[in-house]
Amino acid sequence: MGFKEYCFKKSLWVFHFGGASCNNCDIEILDCLTPRYDIERFGMQLVGSIRHADVLLVNGSINQKDRIRLLEIYRQAPKPILVVAIGACGCTGGIFAEGNTFAGPVDKIIPVDAYIPGCPPKPEAIIAGIVKLMKK
Amino acid sequence: MIDLPEIEDLRKQFGDVIKEAAVRKENRATVTIDPSSIVSISEYLFRNLNFRFIIATALETSFGIEILYHFSRDISGLVLNVRVVLDRKNTEIESLTGLFEAANWIEREMHEIMGIHFKNHPNLEKLISDGNWAEGVYPYRNTEQ
Amino acid sequence: MSRIIPIGPYHPLQEEPELFKLYCEGEIVKDVKWETGYNHRGIEKLSQSKTFDQVFFLVERVCGICSTSHPFAFANCIEEIGAIEIPDRAKYIRTIIGELERIHSHLLWVGLAGHFLGYNTVFMWAWKYREPVLDLFEMITGNRNSYAMFKIGGVRRDIENHKISRIRETLDTVRKKAEMLTGAVLDDPVIHARTKGVGVLTKEDIINYAAVGPTARASGVGIDVRKDDPYAAYPLVNWKVITAEEGDVFAKAKVRLLELVESISIIEQCLDGLKKEKEGETEIEVREIPEGIGTGRAEAPRGEVFHFVKTDGSNYPVRHKIRAPSYVNIATFKKSCIGQSISDAIISLAAVDPCYCCTERMAVLYDLQTGEKIMNGKGLIELSSKRTWDMKS
Repeated sequence: MGFKEYCFKKSLWVFHFGGASCNNCDIEILDCLTPRYDIERFGMQLVGSIRHADVLLVNGSINQKDRIRLLEIYRQAPKPILVVAIGACGCTGGIFAEGNTFAGPVDKIIPVDAYIPGCPPKPEAIIAGIVKLMKK
Repeated sequence: MIDLPEIEDLRKQFGDVIKEAAVRKENRATVTIDPSSIVSISEYLFRNLNFRFIIATALETSFGIEILYHFSRDISGLVLNVRVVLDRKNTEIESLTGLFEAANWIEREMHEIMGIHFKNHPNLEKLISDGNWAEGVYPYRNTEQ
Repeated sequence: MSRIIPIGPYHPLQEEPELFKLYCEGEIVKDVKWETGYNHRGIEKLSQSKTFDQVFFLVERVCGICSTSHPFAFANCIEEIGAIEIPDRAKYIRTIIGELERIHSHLLWVGLAGHFLGYNTVFMWAWKYREPVLDLFEMITGNRNSYAMFKIGGVRRDIENHKISRIRETLDTVRKKAEMLTGAVLDDPVIHARTKGVGVLTKEDIINYAAVGPTARASGVGIDVRKDDPYAAYPLVNWKVITAEEGDVFAKAKVRLLELVESISIIEQCLDGLKKEKEGETEIEVREIPEGIGTGRAEAPRGEVFHFVKTDGSNYPVRHKIRAPSYVNIATFKKSCIGQSISDAIISLAAVDPCYCCTERMAVLYDLQTGEKIMNGKGLIELSSKRTWDMKS
């Protein structure tokens, strides 16, 4: 097992970035922490700073202002970092893709490793997606 | 056509400034007024008749740039739209922020999306558009498609 | 020496940007400035290119937490333009969905408020008891958030009579837990100390800022769209508007918790009403929407949602204006926060229950002189939690 794999098989620290979203996905991500799904028992936790994170969750359709912030966050992230695009908006822009301030789905801005579609994806789907990513 | 007591009251106070009134139901009506009297009418609605300011909508029609100020009289459920029509070449109107803080943000937003200038607004700076679209572009005007 | 402290709960839920800058002298907040625009999606413009049926899906996603209230207000608006009267069964179903949403939203708020005060247990408990409500949504509509229940002329799905007993059982559980939570939160002396007299908004402030919802009702301004301008099944059931006088964070919490219990009572009466109506009659056919203007309102968990639509007889709205309650409520933060200490600022903001998507938010702490980052939102939450901890010991 290489050093990188060893690091990732331990507890994953997750940083969440919300673009211009409707918050449904944000709540479902937060729901993963609550007693019914409880990802903290796997050692996954949401951290407050990108510099401590192993995984970057991005959701929401990104508008021009967010694009600059997202690039900055990605630049500050310690590499290697896994990027996950969550929700219909994160994957393709969803229904906001035709808006006048839309700045491209997440994979046009930063490289994405996993997509979890849904509007919003259920916590089970989010957890399943992250586990699939870890197994990769 | 029914006329509402509130509109009767406005007509008594302001006379010809009320150009026309359209009553759709007993709790929905629109009055069109002269833009120069927006402050005096809003003040009367707010202070004397206890109307609450909901929000304002800016739209472009064949008559020009219109603003609809939506007021609510909570004791009766009446929503009164106060309509002003501004000339496309000179879209200026007095700000209502001096009367109530509730008008502050929406006037800034209407300025950004429609290019309306609100005179005597305390800080007519960008609310939502900074970085989101270019200076001088007014996305909700029909010419900018 | 004054410093700028930008506020922005760095909590994952509040990663949404709306930059609040608090200017402080020592520990006291002297002024507030904010910067928005990060969440702007151009929804009003998008709406012009969608047919009326499609707009429902669009407006649902204005906000995930008050996801029903926007379609509700939009439906009221279009039905007003077309002078459409919907069947009673549809009215009851709409009311049930609206009130279930109020329950889940208030529980969400209680959890967040607990988190900001440092009571993470309250956060976990409140969100755990939200889950049965979300299960009900899934059973009725197929999704936990964003229900797609509304259409012009009625609702898209029926609540079959055989589901009613399951709904009643779940509501019974939620009621017991809500009453327990209310008792625990409202009787705790440390919560009293942290929230009473904090973030006060007077009646004059509310009227000046035209604030709505529990924010207004907690300061003695008893406005509620469900009572003032009744729609759906609200005139058909018995319920009361909950108000408080003090206007501080405690009053706002009390109003929300009591409203939660009231919502359960409204839903139960609506379920009784459903039993009387014929199953399956959930909509009337609507052929076209005439030209005209309409205004529709609904009482979202945060306050009055207002939609204005102008139509021209075609299938598309000519102009669609949406005003969410947080648009007016967040501006009151300027009043409720100035004069407070920094550790109270976060709970004052949270008390308004800002909807991060109906408006937007984020905060960070900068030093005025050097421009260096001092503290981020997480730090502000920690500061607040530490204060609670100090009070407890």
